[in-house]
Amino acid sequence: MIRRIEFDHQLDELRSLLQDMGKHMEEALANSVESLQTLDAEKAQAVIKNDVQLNNMEEQIMDIGSRLIVTQQPVAKDLRRILVAFRIASDLERMGDLARDVAKVTIRLQGQKLIKPLVDLPRMSDMVRAMVSESIESYLTENTDLAYKMAQDDDQVDHLYSVILQDLYSHLTSDPDSANQAMLLIMVGRYIERIADHATNIGESTVYLVTGHRPDLNQ
Amino acid sequence: MESIIQIKKLNLYYDTYHALKNVDLDIPEKTVTAFIGPSGCGKSTLLRTLNRMNDMIPSTRIEGSVQIGGTEIYSEEVHVEALRKQVGMVFQQPNPFPKSIYDNIAYGPRLHGIRNKAELDQIVEQSLKQAVLWDEVKDYLKRSALSLSGGQQQRLCIARALAVQPDILLMDEATSALDPISTLKIEELVQELKSKYTIVMVTHNMHQAARVSGQTVFFLNGEVVESANTDTLFSTPSDARTEDYISGRFG
Repeated sequence: MIRRIEFDHQLDELRSLLQDMGKHMEEALANSVESLQTLDAEKAQAVIKNDVQLNNMEEQIMDIGSRLIVTQQPVAKDLRRILVAFRIASDLERMGDLARDVAKVTIRLQGQKLIKPLVDLPRMSDMVRAMVSESIESYLTENTDLAYKMAQDDDQVDHLYSVILQDLYSHLTSDPDSANQAMLLIMVGRYIERIADHATNIGESTVYLVTGHRPDLNQ
Repeated sequence: MESIIQIKKLNLYYDTYHALKNVDLDIPEKTVTAFIGPSGCGKSTLLRTLNRMNDMIPSTRIEGSVQIGGTEIYSEEVHVEALRKQVGMVFQQPNPFPKSIYDNIAYGPRLHGIRNKAELDQIVEQSLKQAVLWDEVKDYLKRSALSLSGGQQQRLCIARALAVQPDILLMDEATSALDPISTLKIEELVQELKSKYTIVMVTHNMHQAARVSGQTVFFLNGEVVESANTDTLFSTPSDARTEDYISGRFG
């Protein structure tokens, strides 16, 4: 267990960057949905502004990982650790973009009143945040059971999304004045549902890291 | 795939030192098989067992079975010269004879009774072409082989081994004394040759094993730890010791 001190140190660095990205992403999602609930444009702006940090962290992961591939020529699980870090970083970066899209809806709704108090969307967001947290946990602890659980969680999120869709669709048809806002809120549901898909991807990455085989949990 | 080499329960001792322990291994025909493992793990010993190079080391004792093409190579009926014609070898340091390029290649065929000039010419040309050296030396065949560069000398040694039409080519760290470009040329040559020959190589360069071979065998302390398809061994090895070794955790 010698000779690898620097290599292992850099692999730890990748892990801790991904952990930070995960936390950052959870916050972005929580803040974006809160900004929507309270129509707080300032909070929404902050989410949009902070997204650049996620992008920077993704770039850092790409840089460290590429350098490790070139200098260490990793094989087997070491190589998968780096490939998986790339994939998870890219999933988290996309999730950040989707949280930013939610915040943009808040800004578009500035000056309006909500057509209804938001209950199901925040609930969906809480579920998805838990998924993000668990997916990162599954990666950090290499826990494949937790990774496979993502698929079940994702089904629940999809179910809640279809309930939200039906509810908002009724607003669309019954009340032309609120149609525009209902459309935007449907899109918010869609953004959050996409975030859950990316969390499920992270679960897949964990399984690939541990077993070397790629499952499809997003079915 | 047909196995050309079948090793069963092979044990080899140098005096009291147990260098190979219960080795069971099948090597498929017309493929490249790489032996990897830390120094002293037995990989070169096993390679030398395949053309009985260990016969020259006194106090070597062998138990078990090594069959090539169905013949037990340690049986009394087998002539070592015939075996070595069938199983050629290339070493770490290029070792051309201090003779002309032509005579280096023609040496083996002459030894096996070929005297006809036209036939020898043809063997020399064909062997040098197979070793991808012909274009570089065709106008200088009478020059001393020692005037060639290290990489060219190694390809000459490969051509010399091919001149007696072996079935199997053993390569014992055949590129470790060469620069990267010469190494690349030999690796490409190995890829060419595997359609006609069975190649077994010992290498300390794991990435060479990964690049060149179809099957990789990992040795540790005289034992075969894992033998698998190279892609599998370098991506999802089944033994933790293999993973540790290829990941640089020891050795």
